[in-house]
Amino acid sequence: MTCSLFFVSAKFQGPPPPSNTGPSYPPYSHQLQPAYPNTASTAPAAQLANQLNSMQINSYVSCSGPGTTPSPRMSSGHPASFQGPQSPPPTQQQMALPPGSQIPPPGNNINGPCAQPSLPPMARQDGTPGPVPPNPNLQQLSGQPPGPGYHPQQANYGPQMAGSQLSYPGAFPGGPAQLSGPQQKKLDPDSIPSPIQVIENDKASRGGQVYATNTRGQVPPLVTTDCVIQDQGHASPRYIRCTTYCFPSSSDMAKQARVPLAAVIQPFATVLPNETPLYVVNHGETGPIRCNRCKAYMCPFMQFIEGGRRYQCGFCSCINDVPPFFFQHLDHIGRRIDHYERPELSLGSYEYVATLDYCRNNKPPKPPAYIFMIDVSYRNINSGLVKLICDELKTLLDKLPREEQEEASAIRVGFVTYNKVLHFFNVKSSLAQPQMMVVSDVGEVFVPLLDGFLVNFQESRSIINNLLDQIPEMFAETNESETIFAPVIQAGMEALKAAECAGKLFIFHSSLPTAEAPGKLRNRDDKKLLNTDKEKTLFQPQVNFYEALARDCVANGCCVDLFLFPNQYVDVASMGLVTMYTGGTLYKYNNFQVDADSPQFLSDLRRDIEKKTGFDAIMRVRTSTGFRATDFFGAIYMNNTTDVEMAAIDCDKAVTVEFKHDDKLSEDNGALIQCAVLYTSISGQRRLRVHNIGLNCSSQLADIYKSCETDALINFFAKSAFKAILSQPLKVVREILVNQTAHMLACYRKNCASPSAVSQLILPDAMKVLPVYMNCLLKSCVLVGRPEIPTDERAFHRQLVTSMGVADTQVFFYPQLLPIHSLDLKNDAVPAAVRCSEERLSEGGAFLLANGLSLFLWLGVSTPPELIQGLFNVPSFAHISTEAMSLPDLDNPFAKKFKSILKHIQSQRPYTMKLMIVKQREQPEMLFRQFLVEDKSIYGGASYVDFLCCVHKEICQLLS
Amino acid sequence: MATYLEFIQQNEERDGVRFSWNVWPSSRLEATRMVVPLACLLTPLKERLDLPPVQYEPVLCSRPTCKAVLNPLCQVDFRAKLWACNFCFQRNQFPPAYAGISEVNQPAELMPQFSTIEYIVQRGPQTPLIFLYVVDTCLEEEDLQALKESLQMSLSLLPADALVGLITFGRMVQVHELSCEGISKSYVFRGTKDLTAKQIQDMLGLSRPAVPIQPGRPLQTPEQPVISSRFLQPVHKIDMNLTDLLGELQRDPWPVTQPLRSTGVALSIAVGLLEGTFPNTGARIMLFTGGPPTQGPGMVVGDELKTPIRSWHDIEKDNARFMKKATKHYEALANRTAANGHCIDIYACALDQTGLLEMKCCANLTGGHMVMGDSFNTSLFKQTFQRVFNKGFNGEFRMAFGASLDVKTSRELKIAGAIGPCISLNAKGPCVSENELGIGGTSQWKICSLDPTTTLAIYFEVVNQHNAPIPQGGRGAVQFVTQYQHSSTQKRIRVTTIARNWADAQSQLQHIEAAFDQEAAAVLMARLGVYRAESEEGPDVLRWLDRQLIRLCQKFGQYNKDDPNSFRLSESFSLYPQFMFHLRRSPFLQVFNNSPDESSYYRHHFARQDLTQSLIMIQPILYAYSFHGPPEPVLLDSSSILPDRILLMDTFFQIVIYLGETIAQWQKAGYQDMPEYENFKHLLQAPLDDAQEILQTRFPMPRYIHTEHGGSQARFLLSKVNPSQTHNNLYAWGQVSREELL
Repeated sequence: MTCSLFFVSAKFQGPPPPSNTGPSYPPYSHQLQPAYPNTASTAPAAQLANQLNSMQINSYVSCSGPGTTPSPRMSSGHPASFQGPQSPPPTQQQMALPPGSQIPPPGNNINGPCAQPSLPPMARQDGTPGPVPPNPNLQQLSGQPPGPGYHPQQANYGPQMAGSQLSYPGAFPGGPAQLSGPQQKKLDPDSIPSPIQVIENDKASRGGQVYATNTRGQVPPLVTTDCVIQDQGHASPRYIRCTTYCFPSSSDMAKQARVPLAAVIQPFATVLPNETPLYVVNHGETGPIRCNRCKAYMCPFMQFIEGGRRYQCGFCSCINDVPPFFFQHLDHIGRRIDHYERPELSLGSYEYVATLDYCRNNKPPKPPAYIFMIDVSYRNINSGLVKLICDELKTLLDKLPREEQEEASAIRVGFVTYNKVLHFFNVKSSLAQPQMMVVSDVGEVFVPLLDGFLVNFQESRSIINNLLDQIPEMFAETNESETIFAPVIQAGMEALKAAECAGKLFIFHSSLPTAEAPGKLRNRDDKKLLNTDKEKTLFQPQVNFYEALARDCVANGCCVDLFLFPNQYVDVASMGLVTMYTGGTLYKYNNFQVDADSPQFLSDLRRDIEKKTGFDAIMRVRTSTGFRATDFFGAIYMNNTTDVEMAAIDCDKAVTVEFKHDDKLSEDNGALIQCAVLYTSISGQRRLRVHNIGLNCSSQLADIYKSCETDALINFFAKSAFKAILSQPLKVVREILVNQTAHMLACYRKNCASPSAVSQLILPDAMKVLPVYMNCLLKSCVLVGRPEIPTDERAFHRQLVTSMGVADTQVFFYPQLLPIHSLDLKNDAVPAAVRCSEERLSEGGAFLLANGLSLFLWLGVSTPPELIQGLFNVPSFAHISTEAMSLPDLDNPFAKKFKSILKHIQSQRPYTMKLMIVKQREQPEMLFRQFLVEDKSIYGGASYVDFLCCVHKEICQLLS
Repeated sequence: MATYLEFIQQNEERDGVRFSWNVWPSSRLEATRMVVPLACLLTPLKERLDLPPVQYEPVLCSRPTCKAVLNPLCQVDFRAKLWACNFCFQRNQFPPAYAGISEVNQPAELMPQFSTIEYIVQRGPQTPLIFLYVVDTCLEEEDLQALKESLQMSLSLLPADALVGLITFGRMVQVHELSCEGISKSYVFRGTKDLTAKQIQDMLGLSRPAVPIQPGRPLQTPEQPVISSRFLQPVHKIDMNLTDLLGELQRDPWPVTQPLRSTGVALSIAVGLLEGTFPNTGARIMLFTGGPPTQGPGMVVGDELKTPIRSWHDIEKDNARFMKKATKHYEALANRTAANGHCIDIYACALDQTGLLEMKCCANLTGGHMVMGDSFNTSLFKQTFQRVFNKGFNGEFRMAFGASLDVKTSRELKIAGAIGPCISLNAKGPCVSENELGIGGTSQWKICSLDPTTTLAIYFEVVNQHNAPIPQGGRGAVQFVTQYQHSSTQKRIRVTTIARNWADAQSQLQHIEAAFDQEAAAVLMARLGVYRAESEEGPDVLRWLDRQLIRLCQKFGQYNKDDPNSFRLSESFSLYPQFMFHLRRSPFLQVFNNSPDESSYYRHHFARQDLTQSLIMIQPILYAYSFHGPPEPVLLDSSSILPDRILLMDTFFQIVIYLGETIAQWQKAGYQDMPEYENFKHLLQAPLDDAQEILQTRFPMPRYIHTEHGGSQARFLLSKVNPSQTHNNLYAWGQVSREELL
């Protein structure tokens, strides 16, 4: 049998091979045997090289399972995939050799002897519509044939691979020249699973439809697919997405598969305008109805019995009496007659109005407050930033969020400026002019005033405007360059505490806080620590003060949004800590220039202020018996193991929750999850937001694999890995990630896929793109310690990802690359993306790349002049100035279309992206290339193909 | 005797000096047997209309340990242009400017009538006066309003170029920046945290850190005045600003049961601010407080309403838990303030105590004023405060700053100490005695603030040994050199040189006796007593006073043993026992019925007033008005209370008008409104006019009480008079003529 390379995914390791000492899945608790990469020995490389070379013999094996056929649309879309195998030139390495039997010469890492000049055939069958048929309800019945051997979604690939670059990670010695060099030795990228293809397939099959959440355990459309979601008893995937929608029924099985069981919960996610907002249930003084034993809230999982007089809790099975006021008769199928009238009975997500018992000190909360804290040190004054902020606030404060039914926002505002000392402002409406109160005791900061600090903007408008006019002038002559930071947060927190309300601080800061004060930081950035055991310290706060401060902030419902404008190292790991723990958002604008960067910053600020946010929140995730939430990742703070505390949570913040088995799960009952968030609304109402989701359980591994969602998996992996780097060396973390990928896939290969040659790589359909995504994660700058990458950037990314939802991580790790040279001007749609690889670029094309943080417009050297004219209003490529920070506002169809695409891309992302124009073969292209994630990275990250080889090798090892 | 009285009066008028003894016993032993120490009351800046200051520097003795100023007592050799110091006998060359000196052409300081002379010297830059208001905002709305008005009014009374500053405090302490336009700016401090002067200056941005010069940044030219003037601005520049600022002052807004008053920190910041910006220039920190400090360093009472402020009873029982710590805090502040040459005034207006006991040192050590009232909304406070800015006869403010008093004595005398609003400068020297009376161990004292009536008691010790007699006709000399900053910000030096005859106490006791100044002696002894009372138990002090009196009577009285009626004292001693009697009853030594604050307040004023005022305090004056004759002083005795008299009592702190029983009935019957009884109307009016006169001139303004026979307020009178009518009057010697009362 010739070998082929397949793409399968396995999370939980199968029966452990003798060689593997890791018996279970304790992700980062101990070091697994580093099966990958093993740069110390050349044997594995040789082994894989041999395998890979031998694959060339028959590079394509169709393993399409029964019941699945390539969809015509797909095959037409990718004719290349059926071009059939291409005969590789025969070499002496054709033979598949047993692993380790031959030791090739070392040093062949780059272009080893196995490198083949010819392109491998495109051989795949990724056009299968996936496991979920158009009617999700029938999925279980019609989607798949029974049997453990079923692997319809597996695709087989037999590409010819440049099987040499096995020294992943970090051993890539070549520079950019090699990157852009001849690719003839590469495997044909088209032959390996394409994320774009997967996305497009899902769009085609489920896009634009109504997705009703009426079935337990159904796999929702991908995050990239636009559809309308209808809550019919389970929370919308906008709120909760799971790594798998079918949990293994036992913990042994879970250990075997090693597929992480996790849910990514975004409790305040924005829903589309055409989707129903959450209903608010008000039971008056009685408050929410809860199970007596497990305290779960009334939800569709409660089973009413005894004619409706009692109900059985779906989570703990406790029988509870129905409160008299809530009593209702049951109908013939045992459902309450008022089922559809009560959101708490029929909807997956709804809100309760909380009673005083749920309030701090049993007092009704006050509306939250926003405090603007502006660094007025020399740099910020000089750069014009302070003036910019002040000017913007004048208009922005009219847009403070408010409840739909209310005329004005209940949010109060306050202002603080600071450099080495703090300046509070009294802007009471009765004053003739604002009063400034300087607090210089930064060692023990306090709030100097109570009355007049937090005011209603409408009432104090004129005096606030007066103040905002004056602030830039007041400090115009400043020469103070030192700043404080922790006392600023403290001050804001104390102010909120004194006002007895929750709220948010908006801190605009630019430099390392070196002034003598608590939380003083020094520049501890040290490139020498990279790739050592001490590298983790760079991600830890420099001083303990910040953690204690974060704890206090959370305890007082004080969220910190931090806008950083650094010119150099500012220790994001320390400064961002409070922001992270308090559910705040961190923004960072390197080398901020008012003229160039203000649109980006102002748009971020605007969005941030207008955001719908819940304050002083506490989240609790309850599960049905048999499993429980064990780990939480996100911009959260936890004092104990169950309560997730957040000073605030906004629509973009997601908490990833990992579950573990306690016991066996019953396939009948499934796995139920209820996430309840108690919070204070923007109008100062205490509310409970409840999201419920039911998952299936199965004792069949195949069920689990087919219900997986790769995007959620990557979200989980990214968050858990980014957390792990705080305690473990990067290398270990990376090894664990690779290892787990291999285990998941190997388990599938072993237990679910139809028997085939060991050298064949088989990927479950739902995890088809796991390797490429995983590779993207491994290449992310957080996990790559290279001196060229600023430490702050890594810490920044680490922090961002920690609170990201599934949609954001998806595009963050695998950027969107849109060809715009071939726009269909008549169609509104955004063009289909292409894979993030240099090969997809063309000299005659223009491409837009976006990852949620960065936005590039790449222009090939022979971009059509009409396109250039249309966009830039200059005659030729040579005339384009990359200095230009924004495109000219042109009135032509092309420019309009381009703008609308930009707008569309931007609208889905929490951060505003600044457009960078990159011309082919000019210096800034280097920056751009980092985002071509399927290629080898200049920082040593493996290319997709190489990584696939590695994973494959790992799998082979696990299987052998 | 009339000559001695005249002599004493003349000396007082010319030199502002009253000695207990005007002929000095010539040996140490004899001096101690005199019981009343050789001492003087010195009013350094006594107003002298006839004394134009000279515009040159004084000539000093060249001996480094002496440095006495050339004075009329020096022997001058006009030919050799030499003069001999009368203290150390050093022969000194006249400076070149005195080349033209001759018997007929003498400089003023050599003329006998210029035993007191004032020099104006030009030294160093002149800095304007500084007034730093430290204002409590934990007041009732009404009080705060009144205080604000008083403060605003005071701006117009300040010298135009004076610098003013404003600190307000409540729970927090705010230092207001006065130079800002468009926005009012203040630095805020926590009221509970004690800060060092350095920290305060750092936090106010007053210290001047070595700013590293950053390339590409405009170099800031150092501008010292700009920095310091952020908080202290010339009044003419910012009076509008400050008036508005004061107008906008709000009551402390923090929700509390008992106002949180951070007086300790506020004062500390005020001291630190001036310390950092204007050391050794004339500055007044004026503290206006409406209650006791309740938090932070210097707190006097807790913020729980249930715990009352300490009383004498608590203090005796050692039950005043904040007192020692608070006192220590304020003492430290007072010492720093004094070291900087600034002064602290305390204007405390509240019905209850405000912690003057703990804070008294701030005013006492720095020469500041202490004013106690019931409310800022009383004329007592308003007028008193206004009087702080009174001007003297030549249109100059009656205040001087940063004085140092240097006392030089001839070698038979040594300096034992001083009692008054001063601190020691620790100037040791040959003329400093080892025995201390009052603040001793030095020949120099600093008086941070003084006015023309400020009077110090200075105690001497005769050190001449008995076996080394002073030649007949020898004279002892004392020179007082007071350098101070005049209110016009000039530096001035006033030099007073006096001399007295020595007399052998054995052969010439009658001379010494005749030259006894019993008034001065009474005040000097009283000061010693009050000084002791601050640190000793009340009864001990009384016992000491009694013993002194007995010893004095033993020494100078004439009596037959076991025959009390035979006891006689000469006229120069006749009033002294009476003074002592009233002193024993006075609030300066008796704490009964007075709060600790009141005692501190009374003692504060007693230790600084001149002789006349001090005597009034010891023994209040009682005037009687009746149809029997013109108004006359009468005995401070219950026998003076007659139905047909109106009495006017002046205790310095109170003016009481008391209508006798009949007079009161007449008044009720309305006789004064009948034209035919116009004389009754005049009689009623006369004491009012006299009282008004006293009220107009006294600082602080006394409490004015108008009462009548049987009125509740009559207690003020009844508690002062000698209760002779309820006891057998054993004090035959107490029956002195009314004329001698004054």
